[in-house]
Amino acid sequence: MIYFDNAATSYPKPKEVGQAMMYFLEKVGATPGRSGHRLSIEAGRILYQARESLAELFNVDDPLRIIFTLNVTEALNLALKGLLRPGDQVITSSMEHNSVMRPLRELEKKGVEVKVVSCSPKGFLEPQDIEKSIRKNTRLIVLNHGSNVIGTLLPIIEVGKIARKYNILFLVDTAQTAGCYSLDIRKDNIDLLAFTGHKALYGPPGTGGLIIGERVDTKKLTPLKEGGTGSHSEWEEQPDFLPDIYESGTPNILGLNGLKEGVRFVLAKGVDKIHQHEKNLIIQLIEGLKEIPEVTLYGGDDRKEQVAVVSFNLKDKWPSEVGMRLDEEYDIMCRVGLHCSPAAHKTIGTFPRGTVRFSMSWFNTLKEVDQVIMAIREIAKSI
Amino acid sequence: MKDNYSVVIFYSTSAAIRAESLAQKANLKIKLIPIPRHLSSDCGICLQFNNEDKQSIKEILKKTKLNMKIFIKYKFFQVGAYCG
Repeated sequence: MIYFDNAATSYPKPKEVGQAMMYFLEKVGATPGRSGHRLSIEAGRILYQARESLAELFNVDDPLRIIFTLNVTEALNLALKGLLRPGDQVITSSMEHNSVMRPLRELEKKGVEVKVVSCSPKGFLEPQDIEKSIRKNTRLIVLNHGSNVIGTLLPIIEVGKIARKYNILFLVDTAQTAGCYSLDIRKDNIDLLAFTGHKALYGPPGTGGLIIGERVDTKKLTPLKEGGTGSHSEWEEQPDFLPDIYESGTPNILGLNGLKEGVRFVLAKGVDKIHQHEKNLIIQLIEGLKEIPEVTLYGGDDRKEQVAVVSFNLKDKWPSEVGMRLDEEYDIMCRVGLHCSPAAHKTIGTFPRGTVRFSMSWFNTLKEVDQVIMAIREIAKSI
Repeated sequence: MKDNYSVVIFYSTSAAIRAESLAQKANLKIKLIPIPRHLSSDCGICLQFNNEDKQSIKEILKKTKLNMKIFIKYKFFQVGAYCG
């Protein structure tokens, strides 16, 4: 079996991830941050160590500025709905996933102005186009770092500089880059960094978070939910300090112990080494696909700076048919269709048909890439 | 002997565990214990330390406080009768 659907969820995971989850179930079990007994304290330590590993990965000074959520979608919802008020303007790109687009369209109905800056058909964004869209009421710029459809990168450092120049907050969706592409919340000029645990951080599904940068005033970022935190139990109001203000209810400590090991795995291998490996894979895959005349590839021409995601179509075949044949005849798992990103597919000209998408991880090999190219070549011949 | 200990009370367990992690890195002898009931009605934990380490603990927490700004507040209490 060849698994080329890592942009959805990475598989397999490092073995330590599952071991840590089993350790929690068998040896710890308790709720962190509530009771004072030793198992509860141990659970609290696990939670803190997970924050500490992520703080190291993203260069965050204070691990308590990392808020855990269910996934990147929840983190983005927290940032967008927590910050934006009727009358505010928010700027985004035409390459966004529905995890950004849908909350924005919902906020639009409530009086938030949504400005979508167009990217080129190859998925690139000109930072000046963002700057030109800034108005007096612009409150936030939100961009994905790496496209989940074609793997292209958006110029976050440059846009972050612009955001600072105009004193606007900058939210980055790192779903496709956290763990496989170097990210530094300070050097990259990010104010709010939303990440997910189940992709290139090699954690289990149900883990993710939002990192609250120093420029963010938490008084102006309302929580998505209120509830028990284990702190200030005598109050009926939500605590006003991090991370408790945004973390109500018993967290997914089981999953977060897995995520902690996933992040430690990434730190031990080194993001640059992982990136280099994935770069070798994607370059070889694209070179191979380019040689097949029936293949139409999407995305940029220079493939040196992108994540290990590629989209293509085979002549006029429906992507779903190609995907089914890859699964049933070749034991190759991929994702077909619109990838929850109608805006991105409109930008690259593949809406509503969609594409076939391959996405790789540290655990894929050059040999697998060759097998996949062979399979596509055979399917192309049989059309 | 009991009078040789103090505790630091935090408003959240995450903060207490962060302090534990930093104190351990500084090789200080500390322990997380349930908050003595007469000090707070909260059901959380606090950081117990030797009084002779008070200055080092203060320095560590001061640094933390800078990073966290206004979110984490702490108090020192002499609670020899309850801890140790």
